[in-house]
Amino acid sequence: MSAPVELKRGDVMLAVENVSLRFGGVKAITDVSFDIRKGEIRAIIGPNGAGKTSMLNCINGFYHPQEGRITYKGVKREKMRPYVAASQGIARTFQNVALFKGMTTLDNIMVGRTLKMNSPFFWQIWRHGPAMNEEVAHRRFVEEIIDFLEIEHIRKVPVGKLPYGLQKRVELGRALAMEPELLLLDEPMAGMNLEEKEDMCRFIIDVSSQYGTTIALIEHDMGVVMDLSDRVVVLEYGRKIADGTPAEVKANQQVIDAYLGVGH
Amino acid sequence: MSQSAHDALDTFPKWIAHHAKVRPERPAMRFKDAGIWQEWTWAQMFDIVRAYAVGLTDLGLKRGDKIAIVGTNRPKLYWSIMAAQCLGAVPVPVYADAVADEMAYVLDHAEVVMAAVQDQEQVDKLISVKDRVPSLTQIIYDEPRGLRDYDHTRLHPIHAIIERGIAMQHEGPDVRGRIDRAIEAGKAEDMSIMLYTSGTTGRSKGVMLSAGGSVKACRDTVAFDKLNDNDEVLAYLPLAWVGDHYLNYGQALVAGFCVNCPESPETAVDDRREVGATFFFAPPRVFEGMLTRIMIRMEDASALKRSMFHHFIGVAKQWGEKILNGESVPLGARLHYALGEMLVYGPLKNVMGFSKMRVGYTAGEAIGPELFSFYRSIGINLKQLYGQTEAFLYVTCQPDGQIRADTVGPPAPNVEIKISDEGELLYKSPGMFIGYFKEPEKTAETMTPDGYVRTGDSGFFDKTGHIRIIDRAKDVGKLANGALFAPKYIENKLKFYPNIKEVVAYGQGEDFVTVFINIDMTAVGNWAERNNVAYASYQELANHPDVYKIIAGHVDEVNKSLAGEPMMARSQVTRFLILPKELDADDGELTRTQKVRRSFIAERYKPLIEALYNGAKEADISLEVTFEDGRKGSISGRVRVADVQGYPVFEEKAA
Repeated sequence: MSAPVELKRGDVMLAVENVSLRFGGVKAITDVSFDIRKGEIRAIIGPNGAGKTSMLNCINGFYHPQEGRITYKGVKREKMRPYVAASQGIARTFQNVALFKGMTTLDNIMVGRTLKMNSPFFWQIWRHGPAMNEEVAHRRFVEEIIDFLEIEHIRKVPVGKLPYGLQKRVELGRALAMEPELLLLDEPMAGMNLEEKEDMCRFIIDVSSQYGTTIALIEHDMGVVMDLSDRVVVLEYGRKIADGTPAEVKANQQVIDAYLGVGH
Repeated sequence: MSQSAHDALDTFPKWIAHHAKVRPERPAMRFKDAGIWQEWTWAQMFDIVRAYAVGLTDLGLKRGDKIAIVGTNRPKLYWSIMAAQCLGAVPVPVYADAVADEMAYVLDHAEVVMAAVQDQEQVDKLISVKDRVPSLTQIIYDEPRGLRDYDHTRLHPIHAIIERGIAMQHEGPDVRGRIDRAIEAGKAEDMSIMLYTSGTTGRSKGVMLSAGGSVKACRDTVAFDKLNDNDEVLAYLPLAWVGDHYLNYGQALVAGFCVNCPESPETAVDDRREVGATFFFAPPRVFEGMLTRIMIRMEDASALKRSMFHHFIGVAKQWGEKILNGESVPLGARLHYALGEMLVYGPLKNVMGFSKMRVGYTAGEAIGPELFSFYRSIGINLKQLYGQTEAFLYVTCQPDGQIRADTVGPPAPNVEIKISDEGELLYKSPGMFIGYFKEPEKTAETMTPDGYVRTGDSGFFDKTGHIRIIDRAKDVGKLANGALFAPKYIENKLKFYPNIKEVVAYGQGEDFVTVFINIDMTAVGNWAERNNVAYASYQELANHPDVYKIIAGHVDEVNKSLAGEPMMARSQVTRFLILPKELDADDGELTRTQKVRRSFIAERYKPLIEALYNGAKEADISLEVTFEDGRKGSISGRVRVADVQGYPVFEEKAA
């Protein structure tokens, strides 16, 4: 196994080659190949059940495809656990918000820093000495994220009490707390109203431009996808049917058929 | 320091220099950043402001130039005002929520050469209108977020300008001396700031205020309320409003107290609680909003807490104001009130951030007497003042111990007031404006030949020498039957109810009074949730029959109360309707300070007014609306019109 290479903007960060995933007899993904380049916003779209979330789960190591290979930063991916992906700089959010409902916004985002905390366990239990110094530094970072996402007013509110749109934002905050190189967003705008969607779009664009984070996102709202992303890959019934810039994809007959339906 | 030495401090920058000398270690400003209060002392702030002034000179700002200030209450924007004033340049604060079009008008009219703004949103707005503001050459900003890829030839971060100023002070020996001399060169007659009026009746006008006058006005009221350097305020009002510039800027610089800037507008209440503000100033709308939120929370509280709350609020209603005014109150009532203080009023004040409040003021609009009494009854020393941008705020204010809901108090110190033959209030005050910028004919219209300023409000002196404001002079009218019609008065009574957010009353020259109502989404939404009423939008909720029933109940209570007042009894509300959209400043229906523009609304909702007066049960309306980003859309719908039974009027028999 070779060491990960340093990537420049525009280099292939993650390559998916001929990946197939089956659950028993059900084929979730069939022979899909595409890549994600450093610094871009890459959208994965497709009708319900097209295999988008399964694809994301393969990328962060939650599912293990039976065929094909995934190469991350020049290193071929072996079978691994999601936390390994996390430590390699891949963070994600979930389609259904997966936060600790009883904990505050601040604590939820602090959880995202767990992997970055290195002080000895002994000090961590007492929250003193080196553990305290470390926590102060991490808190500073988390406060920057809170400022970035404009959620100062809910810093101390248990997330279970928050409206859905804000919970989504907190979840994005937790993913950002990991300082990811690759951020996977599973339907970041599902269930939001227009205003919340616009806010979320702005945050995603800002994350990309300010932190230079590479983003792969799944989204249903076509308008959002076309405005936001640099390149789009389209899945249908587990197969890739198109790949290219938003304009190319929009003009693709197969995509139009998949989305609008076609007379048989 | 002697009084005469203070007299030499006739501009705000001289006061900053003064405080940096006499109380260098006292806090001058705080800002909550990264969840922690960051503090600057007077000495530190003076150094920053001078360095900033050096940087601005380097950027080309000169004496007499105008610099726009756009954003929320942040230290860097307050420092922008200070630095500009040090150089003798004139800051022009602009409402941050103004749409690009409004902003373009003000900036162009004011001929600003530079703009200090908060963030990307404002930068975008300015860039979008740059062709219409040819004088604007440089934009400086506080928050770098999202601006990284912008063309930075005419765009600079404020911190870089301050750093550049610090570096330049080290380069040349006399750089700082030049700034100190510029401060010394400031004269009392210089224009200190230009504030644009909110424009209830038309295009906003640029009110020019002199340095000496502003300082004098602030000194009078600082003495009046005994403010000193131990006071704390939370600056949360729009920078462009005279209220903020007077209170958080002017008075702080004169009295030397600390100005705290909130983390974001949403956190203002929590931030106020944390800093323990001792002085508070808000338009009635803010007090209404707070009361609404408390009432909603009480609705959701347990039965025990709810009954305790209502019991002690009853006690407060009976005795609270008397105790606050120092009147004699029986011992039993005092003990009962003390228990209430422990159980209800104390915690309530804590939640609102009023625990350490010494003085609170409300102004900007008449406050409903019920609302005013509520806050006073729980022990908050809330007072009214009456003022105007043209007066640099204070015209009248209430001294401790002489506070009543129905007057705005006697003239403020050194203010002369007289009532014209037509009943209009005229004044002469130390803080009086120089004139409207580039509009001498409007200035002449506003001034009387003997040097008084017309307020446009009608009022009178009552028996105790206090001023009572009836209404905007041109709004007060008569019904067709000759009865007095004071729309503001009726509107304020209705707005006391948490369910009602905004009211516009009509009746001038008509047979009876009618009102437009905006329901309060928070309060009515909460009610809907508790009663399983489904709705998708404001429009749908507003048109719900049960909501109409609730509002009809409120209107009925108001009618009952009006019937008890001889002057007003004949102006009871006969018909009302709930508007299908919330009144919004972006659509021009409200001013940026959230006052209703009555005639504009009447024009825009003409079909609805017709329906109110022709007896129709329903009316159709279609409207163009402006979204936050300036795009236009339209809404249309059918609106119900409701009738309300009035109360019989007992004519007072002549004695």
